[in-house]
Amino acid sequence: MSQTLNASTLLAVPLAPLVGSVLAGVLGTQFGGNWIGRRLSHTLTILGVFVALVLSAMTLKNVIDGARFNETLYTWMVVGGLKMEVGFLVDGITAMMMCVVTFVSLMVHIYTIGYMEEDEGYNRFFAYISLFTFSMLMLVMSNNLLQLFFGWEAVGLVSYLLIGFWYNKPTAIFANMKAFLVNRVGDFGFILGIGLIVAYTGTLNYTELFAKANELAAINFPWYVFGLDGMLITVICICLFIGAMGKSAQFPLHVWLPDSMEGPTPISALIHAATMVTAGIFMVARMSPLFELSDAALNFIMVIGSITALFMGFLGIIQNDIKRVVAYSTLSQLGYMTVALGASAYSVAVFHLMTHAFFKALLFLGAGSVIMGMHHNQDIRWMGGVRKYMPITWITSLLGSLALIGTPLFSGFYSKDSIIEAVHLSHLPAAGFANFAVLAGVFVTAFYSFRMYFLVFHGKERYDQNPDAHHGHDDHHGHDDHGHEKPHESPWVVTVPLVLLAIPSVVIGFMTIQPMLYGEFFKDVIFIDAVKHPAMKELAESFHGPVAMALHGLSTAPFWLALAGVVTAWYMYLVNPKVPAFFARALRPLIVVMENKYFMDWINENILAKGARGLGSGLWKVGDRAIIDGFFVNGSWKVVGLVSGVVRWFQSGYLYHYALVMILGVFVLMTYFVWLA
Amino acid sequence: MGLLSLAIWTPIAFGVILLAFGRDSQARAVRWLALVGSIVSFLITLPLYSGFQLGTSAMQFVEKASWIERFNVHYHLGVDGISLWLVLLTAFINVIVVIAGWEVITRKVNQYMAAFLILSGLMIGVFSALDGILFYVFFEATLIPMYLIIGIWGGPNKIYAAFKFFLYTLMGSLLTLIALIYLYTASNGSFDILTWHKLQLSGTVQTLLFFAFFAAFAVKVPMWPFHTWLPDVHVEAPTGGSAVLAAIMLKLGAYGFLRFSMPIAPDAAREWGMFIIVLSLVAVVYVGLVAMVQQDMKKLVAYSSVAHMGFVTLGFFIFNPLGVSGGIVQMIAHGFVSAAMFLSIGVLYDRVHSREIASYGGVVNTMPKFAAFALFFSMANCGLPGTAGFVGEWMVILGAVKFNFWIGALAASALIFGAAYTLWMFKRVYLGPVANDDVKDLTDINGREFLVMALLAAAVLYMGVYPKPFTDVMDTSVADLLKHVAMSKLP
Repeated sequence: MSQTLNASTLLAVPLAPLVGSVLAGVLGTQFGGNWIGRRLSHTLTILGVFVALVLSAMTLKNVIDGARFNETLYTWMVVGGLKMEVGFLVDGITAMMMCVVTFVSLMVHIYTIGYMEEDEGYNRFFAYISLFTFSMLMLVMSNNLLQLFFGWEAVGLVSYLLIGFWYNKPTAIFANMKAFLVNRVGDFGFILGIGLIVAYTGTLNYTELFAKANELAAINFPWYVFGLDGMLITVICICLFIGAMGKSAQFPLHVWLPDSMEGPTPISALIHAATMVTAGIFMVARMSPLFELSDAALNFIMVIGSITALFMGFLGIIQNDIKRVVAYSTLSQLGYMTVALGASAYSVAVFHLMTHAFFKALLFLGAGSVIMGMHHNQDIRWMGGVRKYMPITWITSLLGSLALIGTPLFSGFYSKDSIIEAVHLSHLPAAGFANFAVLAGVFVTAFYSFRMYFLVFHGKERYDQNPDAHHGHDDHHGHDDHGHEKPHESPWVVTVPLVLLAIPSVVIGFMTIQPMLYGEFFKDVIFIDAVKHPAMKELAESFHGPVAMALHGLSTAPFWLALAGVVTAWYMYLVNPKVPAFFARALRPLIVVMENKYFMDWINENILAKGARGLGSGLWKVGDRAIIDGFFVNGSWKVVGLVSGVVRWFQSGYLYHYALVMILGVFVLMTYFVWLA
Repeated sequence: MGLLSLAIWTPIAFGVILLAFGRDSQARAVRWLALVGSIVSFLITLPLYSGFQLGTSAMQFVEKASWIERFNVHYHLGVDGISLWLVLLTAFINVIVVIAGWEVITRKVNQYMAAFLILSGLMIGVFSALDGILFYVFFEATLIPMYLIIGIWGGPNKIYAAFKFFLYTLMGSLLTLIALIYLYTASNGSFDILTWHKLQLSGTVQTLLFFAFFAAFAVKVPMWPFHTWLPDVHVEAPTGGSAVLAAIMLKLGAYGFLRFSMPIAPDAAREWGMFIIVLSLVAVVYVGLVAMVQQDMKKLVAYSSVAHMGFVTLGFFIFNPLGVSGGIVQMIAHGFVSAAMFLSIGVLYDRVHSREIASYGGVVNTMPKFAAFALFFSMANCGLPGTAGFVGEWMVILGAVKFNFWIGALAASALIFGAAYTLWMFKRVYLGPVANDDVKDLTDINGREFLVMALLAAAVLYMGVYPKPFTDVMDTSVADLLKHVAMSKLP
């Protein structure tokens, strides 16, 4: 293939999954009359995603060779000179994201064949995940903010559909609505940010926008804002970041992500770990020329990221549902990426995004495999010793966990260590807190990861102690009476994706850290003001190749913290199980706060949601019913009725009334004229 | 006869024929004739689009004939970029409601169909009239068929609703008549709307005129606080009536702002713009909250209509191209989406005879095809990109942020409220386990209902994915209108 990229090839990347999705979704479901069966549905969708993966890989190769693409494909509309278009911008970050998305998506597609085997909605599920792949590709390939917003909302829609995939499950349909609404709060900020950009630059196109970035930096925000420095660029960046907070589940908009685990496990891996939730990180990295101009926004980002990284990690410690442990781990890792963005280490954030996509997808799919092997028990308290029965799942999950905690030479080490270093080198005021949070987070991550690992794969078998083996903790239809059977290894369609994901989880960091962080890969993509934010420059100076970095890593704090976390988990959950019980009693108040997730859900449900409903109800009953309708509308006809009731007296139609009034009138007039005048 | 005349009088002629010869014993023939009539009428409007010249704000397809010579009243028709799509929308929705009422209406079928056909012609007349009196006649005449539709085929409290609808909207428009007569004298005896656009008027006169028009149009839109008639009327109206009311009739008011208030009294419009903006924002926020707590599906969608129409008036009075075009796009989009929402409720109502949200639950289990459509329209209602509902909201929010960040922020809150009330309703009605025996016994939509849903879904999707044909048409007219509004007309 030539070094140039052409529009039709690129267009085929998102369209191939879309075609698969439409075929499976229309012809393979009751909607279109079940024309095509399961085999054809999964073949078509997998084929679509496979085509997308192959083309993405070729695109990546061309991009590495120096090819770039930035063209408009069609004009959505033109209003008052403002062009709104659909087009692709393909450069390093896009090509990388395309490959990550299509690769993880393909793995998840294959895995689904095994995982959803018994589900009635098999074809519908394939249609949704292919639609997701299309949406996500449109998002990352966009060359403008409109299409970004399109993809942004479209992935949100598919996430909504998939969290509520089992629509008869009350918790699932609550969780999907919650996810959509919380994301809408983020979108609220996002659209305002885009609005300000349009208002001041008159363009939605990235390239044109970045060309005007410096002009933007000089403008003051003309409408009063409390306490901010009044710079337009700060307001824009914070608004955009609020969008990222919704999609990438940053505190306090993180509440939807743990609940999204109500959906089937494959989508937890694809959407809620590897791809969609990283869209916010991707967007901020893409917008680096803007974010670089506002230190206030970067500080804000760093603080939010730190809170998310540390405090969501804590919650991972007390979860007993295997998927929720991984979900909180995802939140925490997204916090790490956000911290990196705040430290102006955009490439590091994106690098961690990539490594995380592989190992977290692996961990989720591994968890799903365990759930299948455990006959749909998700509670890690009733597992144990699974390694004997599920060797492939065991080994791959171990590799994923090692990558997650940042074991030297594993992919997670390179990305997480770089984040910690970048934060350490950052000069922003928020960096102090962030530095503490990311370091403490290392211990926490290692602890909860290996708590889960030991409880699931090692120790005594506790399957028969599960008090709710016959009900609850079951995310599948009609499959709940196998509680006491031994686990079994999953079929090859499940284990092959695990193995294929384990490989990059181990090696991808080692292989790509040089080009991605310190090479030319993100040249012209990510912009850093090296004078104000020298962290990346200094980081590059101390980098002497991946092997040296790994060796050096052995002597730094993060490594020992991670090791301490693993050892603590080992001691507490394998050697001396009395310790966790002791802490559970001793720290009861703290545990209560954590079990209630810092009361965030309580606040949202009882204050925000209930408050909005109460306000709506009050406005309706008082405003609409009593005041507008009761007083004004019905009041006005009552007044008309009243007045006409009075006036009616004067025209009763009886002659003697008129005669009487006339006589009285004459009498009054005569009295006046004769006696008074 | 010109195209516009054909577009107006063809459906009316079919309606009159149905009234004259249709009997309930020949209901089948009546329905088919009505369908043919509506389709022919729709086809007639298509050349308006294909023959429409872009790049000019002049009136096109103009017809002018003397009507009442004594008062210089003319039969004067024409469309520009603002009204063209509204004409097409009206004719399209008419086809939809004829199909939607097919076997649902069994009583006085010919009168039902005739009412809709005649109403459609009259509404096209409103959108294409260029003479003040002609406009007023069409504008008021639309009340009659709608009054009958509600009063004859409506729910239990239909008489109250019909009266409320009629009186409320009639009261508003009486002041407009006074304004028209004033303009007639001020322009030395002309009822030509385009002449009025050029009239110089003093500040006081402009303000009085502005509020005289406001009385009629704000009630029709309806803007907060004149909106309370709408939920009451929707609840009692038959499904088709609700669909036309929401899809087209509300737009008559919004259209009036563009054709009368803004160009005739531009100084007053600028002066009182903030007032309208505030009312619109109240509609978006307050009514959004009120919609959330409704227990009746039709009331909920009615309130959601008020909130969406708030976007229309907000867009108009921020006086920038994004806002005004966005407002017009929102009118058209809301036409498709609200019609679809009401027709979806109708599908359920025909089966269960309840509009209460609490009567449903888990409909997706028994009506999967229908639920797929309902989900799509719900997503359109909360403005998801790729659907028509997004386009207008997006444009108005961008325009509003440009005008004032905080106004934009309040407008953008609709992203949250819209999703909240729409999806909460969707969850309670469609998702979850089957709630009761009524839901268990539901049968999925038949071919006719599928056709209705599919036509609307296609329109919603098309407009969402490729809105350029819509905005291209209006671009020049909107630019010209804004230029016009920006110039002072004070003598």
